[in-house]
Amino acid sequence: MDTVLLSRLQFAVTAAFHFIFVPLTLGLSVLVAYMESRYLATGDKDYLRMAKFWGRLFLINFALGVVTGITMEFQFGMNWAEYSRYVGDIFGSPLAIEATLAFFLESTFLGVWIFGWNRISPKLHALSIWLVALATNLSALWILIANAWMQNPVGYVLRNGRAEMVDFWAVVTNHYAIFKFFHTVMSGWVVAGFFVLGISAYHLLRKNETDFFKKSLKIGATFALISSLLVLFIGDFHAKEVAHTQPTKIAAMESLWETTKDAPMYLLLVPEPANEKNSVEAIGIPGFLSFLAGQKEVKGLKEFPPQDRPPVTLTFLSFRLMVGLGLLFILLALLALVKFKKIEQSTTLLRILLWSIPLPYIAAQLGWIVAEVGRQPWIVYGLLKTADAISKAVEPAQVVASLIGFTIFYGALGIIDIYLLSKYARKGPEPKEV
Amino acid sequence: MEFQIIWFILWGLLWAVYFALDGFDFGAGILYPFISKSEMDKKAVLHAIGPFWDGNEVWLITAGGATFAAFPTTYAYMFSYLYTPLLIILFALIFRGVAVELRGKSTSEGMKKFWDFWVFVGSFIPALLFGVAFGNIFMGLPFDNSGYHGTLFSLLNPYGLLVGLLFLFTFIVHGGLWISLRVPDELADKAFSRAKNFWYLQAICAVVFLSLTATYTNLYNNFLKLPYWFAVPAVAVLCLLLTGFYLMKNKNGRAFVFSALFIITLVFSGVIGLYPNLIPSSIDPKYSFTIFNSSSSLYTLKVMTIVVIIFVPIVVFYQAWAYKTFMGKITEKELKEEGY
Repeated sequence: MDTVLLSRLQFAVTAAFHFIFVPLTLGLSVLVAYMESRYLATGDKDYLRMAKFWGRLFLINFALGVVTGITMEFQFGMNWAEYSRYVGDIFGSPLAIEATLAFFLESTFLGVWIFGWNRISPKLHALSIWLVALATNLSALWILIANAWMQNPVGYVLRNGRAEMVDFWAVVTNHYAIFKFFHTVMSGWVVAGFFVLGISAYHLLRKNETDFFKKSLKIGATFALISSLLVLFIGDFHAKEVAHTQPTKIAAMESLWETTKDAPMYLLLVPEPANEKNSVEAIGIPGFLSFLAGQKEVKGLKEFPPQDRPPVTLTFLSFRLMVGLGLLFILLALLALVKFKKIEQSTTLLRILLWSIPLPYIAAQLGWIVAEVGRQPWIVYGLLKTADAISKAVEPAQVVASLIGFTIFYGALGIIDIYLLSKYARKGPEPKEV
Repeated sequence: MEFQIIWFILWGLLWAVYFALDGFDFGAGILYPFISKSEMDKKAVLHAIGPFWDGNEVWLITAGGATFAAFPTTYAYMFSYLYTPLLIILFALIFRGVAVELRGKSTSEGMKKFWDFWVFVGSFIPALLFGVAFGNIFMGLPFDNSGYHGTLFSLLNPYGLLVGLLFLFTFIVHGGLWISLRVPDELADKAFSRAKNFWYLQAICAVVFLSLTATYTNLYNNFLKLPYWFAVPAVAVLCLLLTGFYLMKNKNGRAFVFSALFIITLVFSGVIGLYPNLIPSSIDPKYSFTIFNSSSSLYTLKVMTIVVIIFVPIVVFYQAWAYKTFMGKITEKELKEEGY
C-alpha cells in the first residue's frame, strides 16, 4: 500500500474513533445542564441526582473525546503536509479560533464543574455546565466551518502557489458550513437522546428507580424527537446545498449515472459501478430525487470523467442507511412519548430502545462517510486532489507503524470506555438521601 | 510592527504559557508514584492537577493551531519531519489524560496500577521529549529543499538530550511546588523536599545549557548583535536563583511563582535567539523556515490578530478566576467526595 492510501486509512480510523465520543458530548452536555437547572428551579433532588448520574457518564465519554481530538490537529501536519501548506492560510484560522473560543471555555469550566461543588454557588455551578455545553457546540461550529471549506471552498484566491484567504466573512458564513453545523450538531443530540432513552429503558426493565428513570426517559425522548425531526429537515436543506455545490457527491449518493430531468428516486436500487449503471432499479417515486436535490435536471455521474468520481457503492449505501435510520429514530422517539404513561409495562418497546443505543452512533458515522468519501477524489473539492496532499517526508513504513499503534491504542481505549460506561450506567444513580 | 513579528511573539508566548502551566501537571505526574503511597495520597496528587490539566493542555492545542494559522509552511514541515517523535508525545499525552480522568472511575487494584503507570509515563515522556524537540530546533534540523535527512535517533544527540533533561528537571521542581501548595501537609512536605533536591539538578543543567548553547547553536548571535536582549536570559537566571532561594527558605508560593517566571523567560530566551527562524536548517541557513518565508498572508494574520486581541484576554480572565477558585489546600471533604 502507498502512503496516500495508508494516510487516508489512518485519518479515517482516527477521525471515526474521535467521532464516537463527540456526538454524545454535544448532546449530553446540554441534557446535564438542563437537569441541573431543573434542580435549581424546582428544588427536586431527583434532578440533582440525575445531573450527577448522567454527568458521570458524560465525563467518561468526554475524557476520550478530548484526548482523541489532539490527534486530529497533529495529523494535518504529520500526514498531510502538502495539504497544510496549500490551504493553511485559510484552514488554520478556524482551527486556531476553535481552540481559543471553544476549547479553553469547555475545559476550564468542566474543571470548575467537576471540582466546584463545594467551592462556588449552585447558580454559578449550573452556569459552568451550561458554558461547557455552549463551548462544545461552538467548537463543532468552527471545525465544521473548516470542513465546509474543504467541501465548498469560498473567500480565497490562488496566489503564491497556495490558496490565500481574501474574505474571512465568506469563509465563516459559507452556507455549506451553516447547514452542516446544524445537521451534525442535531445528530449528536439524537445520539445523546437515545443514550438517555436506552439506559433509562434498561433500568425500567429491571424496575430499578422507576420514578428517576421515567423522568430521565421523558427528557431523553423529547430531546430525541425534536432533534431527530430537525436532523431530517436540515438534512433536506443540506442535500440541496450539496447538489448545488458538489454534483458528483449527490449523484453518487443516489447512484445516478445519466443526467435526468424530473429524476425519480428508486426505493430498491443496486449500483453496478463497473458498468456505469444500476443492476436493479425498482419502486420509483417520480420526481423525488429532483425534489431532494432541488434541481429540475440532476446531473449523472457520466457527466464527469471516471477519475473525478467518488466511490459510488459506499457513498450510496451509507446515505441510504443513514436516512433509513434517521426515519426510524423519529418513529422510536415518538413511540416512547406516546406510550410514556405506562411505558414500564411495554417491555418490548423498552428492549428495542435499549438495543437502539448504538444506532444513532452508526448513523453519525455513515453521515461522515457520505461527506468525506463522497468528496473524493478531492481533498478540497475541485481544487486539490487527495493524492497530492500528503506529506512527502513520510515513508509508508512510518504510517504503517503509526496506524498499527493507533489501532492498538484506540482499540484498548474503546474497550475501556465501553466497559466503564456500561459499569456506571448499570450501577444507576446514588441512592436518595434519607 | 510587522504582523509576522507580532505572531512570532505570540507563538513564543503560547509555548511559554503552555510550559509554565502544563509543566506543573507533568512534574506532578512524574513525582506521583514516588511521593504518594496510600490511596488518599494518590487521590490528593491527582486532585491537585485535576481541575487544571485539561485547560492547560489547550494552550498546546492553541500553540499548534496558531502555528498552523500563522505559519502554515512551518507547521506542515515541522510536523511531517518530526513524525515519529510527535507521535510518541501524542500517545503519551493521550494516555496521561485518560489515566488522570479514569483512574478514579476504576475500582479494581489492577486497573488502578495500570493507570498509575500511565500517569507517570504519560507525564515523563512529553516533559523530556518537548525539551529534546526544542533543543533540536535551537540547533536546527537537517533539511534542505529535497526534504528531511534526520532520523528519530539523530534527534537524541547530546545537546537535544541536555535540553530534554533541563525541561524534565524544571517541570519536576515546578510540579513538586504545585503539589505542595494544594495537598495536605505531610504529603506537601514530601513533594516540597523533592522539589528542593531536583532544583540542584535543574541548576546544573541550566549552567551546562548556557555554555553548550554557544557551541551547538547560533542562538547567541542575536544577543551579541543587540546586547540589551541579554536582559531576558539574565532575568531567567535570576528567577532560577530566586526559585532556589525561596526553596531553601521554605516559601513554596514564592518559589512556584519564580519557577513559572523562569520557564517563561527561558522560552523567550530561546525564541529571541531563534529570530527570525522558526526552524533553522542545520545544512544551510538559506533553507530555514523563517517567520517571513513561511507565514500566512497579511490578510489572514490581521484577521487572526483581531481574534486574539478580543478573545485571549477573556480566556486569561476566566482561567485566572478558575485558578483563584481552586487556590489553596484541598479539603478532606473534597477528597472523599467528587472527582478522582
